[in-house]
Amino acid sequence: MNQPVAHPNRSLGIVELRIPSKAEWVAVARLAVAAVANRLNFSIEDIEDVKLAVAEACTNCIQHAHGSDQIEITCETEPDSLTVRVRDYGHGTRPEAISSRRVDEPRVGGLGVFLIRSLMDSVEYDVHPERGTNLVMTKKVTN
Amino acid sequence: MYTSPKVKDAIGDLIDKGHYNLVINLEKVRYIDSTGLGVLIGGLKRVREHGGTVNLVCTNPQIKKIFDITGLVKIFGIYDDEDAAMKALV
Repeated sequence: MNQPVAHPNRSLGIVELRIPSKAEWVAVARLAVAAVANRLNFSIEDIEDVKLAVAEACTNCIQHAHGSDQIEITCETEPDSLTVRVRDYGHGTRPEAISSRRVDEPRVGGLGVFLIRSLMDSVEYDVHPERGTNLVMTKKVTN
Repeated sequence: MYTSPKVKDAIGDLIDKGHYNLVINLEKVRYIDSTGLGVLIGGLKRVREHGGTVNLVCTNPQIKKIFDITGLVKIFGIYDDEDAAMKALV
């Protein structure tokens, strides 16, 4: 099993995790990031937001990043924020695949990015059709 | 994402048997993601084709929040208990 790796010598708290790009491993990423978030002064509701955003990011990697069998998740903690990077090395992801929408008419699919943008304070995508997708999202501690 | 195919099959079986007005109790659901939401939306679309609807039972604040921010509160009937959800069907 891939274990989280801590880097105690850095000023930031950094935890790296690599999971297989399979649905059954998403819960591992979700719970690992929750454990990291729990070290900050996040509310339970904010931790739930981060968990869901990470799960949605991993799900997008699994569904859209063809040819990538691993997902890299990196958590960087600061006293007042948590930044999570979710990286895949697949190809085939189109920029429009990360477009965000709210449900006005019932339609299956496409809600994941909307949820990520709604739940996190800042979200940046770097999408490259050949090199994969790098998502950087940050949640600030508010209480 | 991992368990949603089972839910999709269960809803599909009910619709295949002619049940077009559904109450889905989410009280024991502790976590839902966009894949789960997609399964519920897919079920709703299918029953609407037959004039039916889907009412949900949900009191978990975190899950209600997800329905709220996605706008799905306007599409599903969301109730605090099964009795209210059932009564709203008729």
